[in-house]
Amino acid sequence: MSTVVLDDALLEQRLGTAWRKPHFIKNPILRWTLLIGALVYLVLAFGSIDVNWTRVSEGLIRGWKFVVAFANPDFFTRGTDIREGLIESVIMAVSSTVVGIAISIPIGLGAARNIAPLPVYLVCRGIVALSRALNEIIVAILMVAIFGFGPLAGFITLSFATIGFLAKLLAEEIEDMNKVQAEAVKATGSSWLQWINYGVQPQVMPRLVGLSIYRLDINFRESAVLGLVGAGGIGATLNTAFDRYEFDTAAAILLMIIGTVMVLEYLSGVIRKKVQ
Amino acid sequence: MPVSENSSGVKVWQIRDRNQTLVRWFGYLIAVAVFMYCWKQISDATTWYFVWDAPRIAADIGSRAMPPRWEYIGELWGPIWDTLNIATLGTVLALIMAVPVAFLAASNTTPSKIFVRPIALFIIVSTRSINSLIWALLLVSIIGPGVAAGLVAIAIRSVGFCAKLLYEAIEEIDTKQIEAITATGASRWQVMVYGIVPQILPSFAGISVFRWDINIRESTVLGLVGAGGIGLQLQSSLNVLAWPQVALILLVILVAVVIGEWVSAKVRGAII
Repeated sequence: MSTVVLDDALLEQRLGTAWRKPHFIKNPILRWTLLIGALVYLVLAFGSIDVNWTRVSEGLIRGWKFVVAFANPDFFTRGTDIREGLIESVIMAVSSTVVGIAISIPIGLGAARNIAPLPVYLVCRGIVALSRALNEIIVAILMVAIFGFGPLAGFITLSFATIGFLAKLLAEEIEDMNKVQAEAVKATGSSWLQWINYGVQPQVMPRLVGLSIYRLDINFRESAVLGLVGAGGIGATLNTAFDRYEFDTAAAILLMIIGTVMVLEYLSGVIRKKVQ
Repeated sequence: MPVSENSSGVKVWQIRDRNQTLVRWFGYLIAVAVFMYCWKQISDATTWYFVWDAPRIAADIGSRAMPPRWEYIGELWGPIWDTLNIATLGTVLALIMAVPVAFLAASNTTPSKIFVRPIALFIIVSTRSINSLIWALLLVSIIGPGVAAGLVAIAIRSVGFCAKLLYEAIEEIDTKQIEAITATGASRWQVMVYGIVPQILPSFAGISVFRWDINIRESTVLGLVGAGGIGLQLQSSLNVLAWPQVALILLVILVAVVIGEWVSAKVRGAII
């Protein structure tokens, strides 16, 4: 009996090559270019950040104070400021959501290709794109420069931001709707308004309600920062608290923002379940 | 069926009966009342004289801002690079933190539903509900002004967002594949690497690019509170009322946002 010498090549031939995990990016050249490019970028990017470590170590003590402050927040020393700021934030959020919805419904209808003619579609899409491209804070700066300090600037900013968000998603929802139902309504000889009201609106209503409540949530969160540039709301109080290193007051404000957002999120969950 | 009779006694179809209609009207009444109250509050806090003056002011600012001061772009390349770094490194840092949080928060991979999952969910909610500008404000007062504060602010703000989307993706995975891997006698880690990770990798990539796009927008304004990037230049130009420079910076930001959105759309299109 002859002994078979199992060299590697023969072994491989008998067993077949071992299974290997396929790569996420299949093209090897693309994969390596991306990997090396990412590495080079990371090195360059980290190189351009200079951190003042002595300042950081000093700051860490302050950071620890903030963590401690979170454990016992001070709701009362600046109680009136906090209450007024928070109420103003809620008021801005509610009214800008209402106005934003009212404006974004016609724009959303206009931005849906299946019910709007091309010129209207282009204009409405343009408004949506403009509103989405500009950050709320930048709009708020301009609005404060134009309308003066106060909640009106914040209200206009948030309404403008709501239009971009809501009109875009509403338009996408209308474009995805079931055509058969809308056509059935049209076949009864309905006017354009009746067609929209009975053929289109019932189909998009649940989504519109869900999105509106979600946007109310976002608007409240945003209204908390608009105060930084003088557009009203709780942000101004928060900024002052940080500037004076009054971390216990800042912690109280942050906790109230988190609490309100959690309540809103819970409410929106309940309402969305009811609507759908 | 909701029907009513008109004057000649013919039955007419209605979408709702009387009680439903009344309830609806009552709801609308409350909504309008709330809105009017809010509007009254805003109106009381507004100096209307300034508002009536607004068109003139807007035209005035517009005329001062045009044309943008193009030569100022030379001073903007550094801040643009910083802004890009804040967004990109912030997203990377956020993803590194978000992955473990997501695995701890997903109900099918969490080690303990009673203790660990609520903590992970709390991390997600609390980081998500605070705007990145507020995080930046806090971090500037802790680690000092500069790019590092902005980077960490963006990272913390993004953790909740990425972890939320990621844990929802983990909860929706196909259990059959996990079972198949487990049946080969794989350990817990092997199940994770060969059963779970390949299923969530596409959504992971999608989420990271999506968040990167958002972070580009957010990092442009972080400079307003001293956290580095192009916002610093914006702030200082605004402070000296150099409107032509403001116009150029806004243009640059718009271009950056559009490029970011384009890249993100391309990458997501390639993945999905």
